[in-house]
Amino acid sequence: MSDIADRVKKIVVEHLGVEEEKVTENASFIDDLGADSLDTVELVMAFEEEFGIEIPDDAAETIQTFGDAVKFISEKA
Amino acid sequence: MFDLTGKNALVTGASGGIGADIARALHKAGATVALSGTREAPLAELAAELGERAHVVTCNLSDAAAVEALPKAAADAMGSVDVLVNNAGITRDNLAMRMSDEEWQSVIDVNLTSTFRLCRGVLRGMMKARWGRVINISSIVGTTGNPGQVNYSAAKAGMVGLSKSLAFEVASRGITVNCVAPGFIQTAMTDKLNDEQKGRILAQIPSGRMGSPQEIAAAVLYLASAEAGYVTGSTLHVNGGMAML
Repeated sequence: MSDIADRVKKIVVEHLGVEEEKVTENASFIDDLGADSLDTVELVMAFEEEFGIEIPDDAAETIQTFGDAVKFISEKA
Repeated sequence: MFDLTGKNALVTGASGGIGADIARALHKAGATVALSGTREAPLAELAAELGERAHVVTCNLSDAAAVEALPKAAADAMGSVDVLVNNAGITRDNLAMRMSDEEWQSVIDVNLTSTFRLCRGVLRGMMKARWGRVINISSIVGTTGNPGQVNYSAAKAGMVGLSKSLAFEVASRGITVNCVAPGFIQTAMTDKLNDEQKGRILAQIPSGRMGSPQEIAAAVLYLASAEAGYVTGSTLHVNGGMAML
């Protein structure tokens, strides 16, 4: 697994308090990992800080799954 | 009784009568304060009076870019913003039939829109800290109405709705959002009223007197405290019984 995916997974595990095995490619933050809408905002904030990037609101809306996040950040970072 | 040691508070309108006493009360309880307002001189004077743990961050709240920049300026000065007191407000009174769009808009912009922008600006830090206090200074007229103040009362009622919605959104993160709604308070603004006007107002106040800025500051201090952590989305009316809500 790439370095970016590891770092994203670490943030998700810490923030949502879920087990690492549950954070799979297609795991939806809201449907599978128990995030509420505020959690998703906080995750995006955490990604921005970890990777030193800016994630605009319209892009943030497209990040629904762990895989989406890794893909988006890989392209930006 | 309430200890705010280690907390950093941003107070807008800190050069005004009520704002200055809010800043004094928070500072006395141990908080570091960032004093915001349009005029630097009175803010600097207040900061000098308070001594340590007081910073001046001027801001014209009708300037959107300046409002956006204020939370960061305050955080740079203090390290964070743990308590936000949206106290600044202006009046542009006129009968509705005579009120211009400009009179309407300027009051909405400064009193309501800047409140929203500042709330938005401080939330990130508060969410990360899992602790925050937002206290919006509304007004009795937001609930009761007042002739000549359709703009002001709309803005002040708007702050109450804003506070309730925001309280919902961030309650799970240890952030509370409340309003304090003053009645008639003795300030430079009310000093301008003549005896007849004052007499008419006092007749409507069961306490028989105007409130003091310190009495508003005490309500703000309570809502800023750790002890008020279970109070959110509420409006604390401080009006001598003028409207029992």
